[in-house]
Amino acid sequence: MAIEVDSVSKRFGTFEALHGVSLTVTDGALTALLGPSGSGKSTLLRVIAGLEAPDTGSVRIGGQEMTDAPARSRGVGFVFQHYAPFKHMTVRNNIAFGLSVRKRAKAEIDERVAELLKLVRLDGLAGRYPSQLSGGQLQRMALARALAVRPKVLLLDEPFGALDANVRAELREWLRRLHDEIHVTTIFVTHDQEEAMEVAEQIVVMNAGRIEQTGTPRELYEHPISEFVMSFIGPVNRIGNAYLRPHDVQIVPEPGGNTTEALVKRVVHLGFEVRVQLTLPDGREISAQVTRAAAHELELAEGQILTVRLPAARVFTPASEPVAPAPSTL
Amino acid sequence: MLGIYLSALVLLPIAALTAKATSGGPGVLWREITNPEALAAIKLTLVVAVVVVALNAVFGTLIAWVLVRDEFPGKRLVNALIDLPFALPTIVAGLVLLSLYGHGSPVGVNVAFTRASVALALLFVTLPFVVRSVQPVLHELELSMEEAAASLGAGPFTVVRRIVLPSLTPAIVSGVALSFARAVGEFGSLVLITGNLPFKTEAGSVYVFAQIQNENLPAAAAVSFALLVAALVVLGALTFVSRWSSKHVR
Ligand SMILES: Nc1ncnc2c1ncn2[C@@H]1O[C@H](COP(=O)(O)OP(=O)(O)O)[C@@H](O)[C@H]1O
Repeated sequence: MAIEVDSVSKRFGTFEALHGVSLTVTDGALTALLGPSGSGKSTLLRVIAGLEAPDTGSVRIGGQEMTDAPARSRGVGFVFQHYAPFKHMTVRNNIAFGLSVRKRAKAEIDERVAELLKLVRLDGLAGRYPSQLSGGQLQRMALARALAVRPKVLLLDEPFGALDANVRAELREWLRRLHDEIHVTTIFVTHDQEEAMEVAEQIVVMNAGRIEQTGTPRELYEHPISEFVMSFIGPVNRIGNAYLRPHDVQIVPEPGGNTTEALVKRVVHLGFEVRVQLTLPDGREISAQVTRAAAHELELAEGQILTVRLPAARVFTPASEPVAPAPSTL
Repeated sequence: MLGIYLSALVLLPIAALTAKATSGGPGVLWREITNPEALAAIKLTLVVAVVVVALNAVFGTLIAWVLVRDEFPGKRLVNALIDLPFALPTIVAGLVLLSLYGHGSPVGVNVAFTRASVALALLFVTLPFVVRSVQPVLHELELSMEEAAASLGAGPFTVVRRIVLPSLTPAIVSGVALSFARAVGEFGSLVLITGNLPFKTEAGSVYVFAQIQNENLPAAAAVSFALLVAALVVLGALTFVSRWSSKHVR
């Protein structure tokens, strides 16, 4: 179901964690709340779930006014950052909790739990206690527990934050597929732009208690409306007050037009891509990104002098208004 | 090293007491324990101890809850006062209780020389145990567990019954065990307020003391031994319950 957040503000003491945040998430979408630590992502998620009451503003879920509804009647599945397992219950009873609170028949509960155990690939571990599970397994148990009651929306707070890199990559992929299967409106919080780009259909970029920009990963990457978004989403070169993506830096065979010389300081091989650290004649450093093949052809080596073209850099005015890509100021 | 230390402090006294109690043979031991006055004292001690620890389990947990979860003026003071029964010599505690709840009570409650006075004195001296064992656990209890339960549809009572209490059980049980042991052994606070009336308000420990004064050492040793065994059985059982309930709660 759709989620509509309208002008929500929230203070903790004198600290304003959310400043009039408005957000609409369409039914069935997979959305990431992306931003640096402390930008208010978790607070916004908790306001939607009813775990935190907003000072002003309103929350609607599936068209229904929910601002003052307690968490237990919102029909929201919430997965906590550290999973919040019920430590004194088995995996089975953790997953069954929401159904048993609703006084469902035992047969129905058993059936649903079996179905979920399979969905999250924990079949066989139903009798274990949380202390006997790995981080990734706990994560999936928490997800199954939240899904058991067929929530209208699923909210995940830093779902991959506490896991190591391998498990993380696997779970991302899996969350994406799971969403394709069950189509529940999902919002997850992350501070990792790569994670947001890879998993989400829509990204909401937050900064200092405000929403900076909302869009698809591609829109945000190609048309960031502020320097904050541009530098948060993907690598960036800053030249004066203009910004340039490393892959926009072209290495050309001949000087001419808008080109300059650059000294190769470092060559870093990142699998398919090669990142080249360059020093410009005025001493500024930028990085360029080229394919492996191109790097090979150019015989890139440290100390080499190249000719580069810096095509169009973006300039953001202090008010963060987007400005049409300007020609390079060099 | 530690072995010697513990032996000197715990094992040797227990062994000496056991030796003393059984030196006249099982017949004497049994006769002394089943002496009607002795039996009444032992029974009183155990029954009141059970009532007291049951009350402690409930009120100690509630007090711990309020101290951890609620904010109110004077909270720090109340928190500090919880330890008062530990700090006060028990004979002084007995004196205070007698002047408050004895003859001519300023609050109009006179329980001196009744069985209620036994319970009152024991409640006072065992107050801190459950509070102090539950408090840190409650403090560490992740709020997110309760939030998770709420978001799954559980109302406040269900959250307490199915999430909070099971998580606190090991701590409550261990507080109860300490309270029980203390209640069985308590002497100082009882002597003044209970009047030590045989068959009525005379607790096991007080009976032992009276027998020692009468130089009836076999009787004193026998009843001490019976109290020791009762305390060990209850501690053993509670340890088992606590182990079992905390097996998976980390
Ligand atoms: N319960 C709270 N009490 C006081 N301050 C809080 C509370 N929750 C969050 N904050 C503050 O609000 C700010 C935003 O927090 P949060 O929403 O968790 O950010 P994020 O999820 O983006 O890291 C942080 O600076 C945090 O310290």
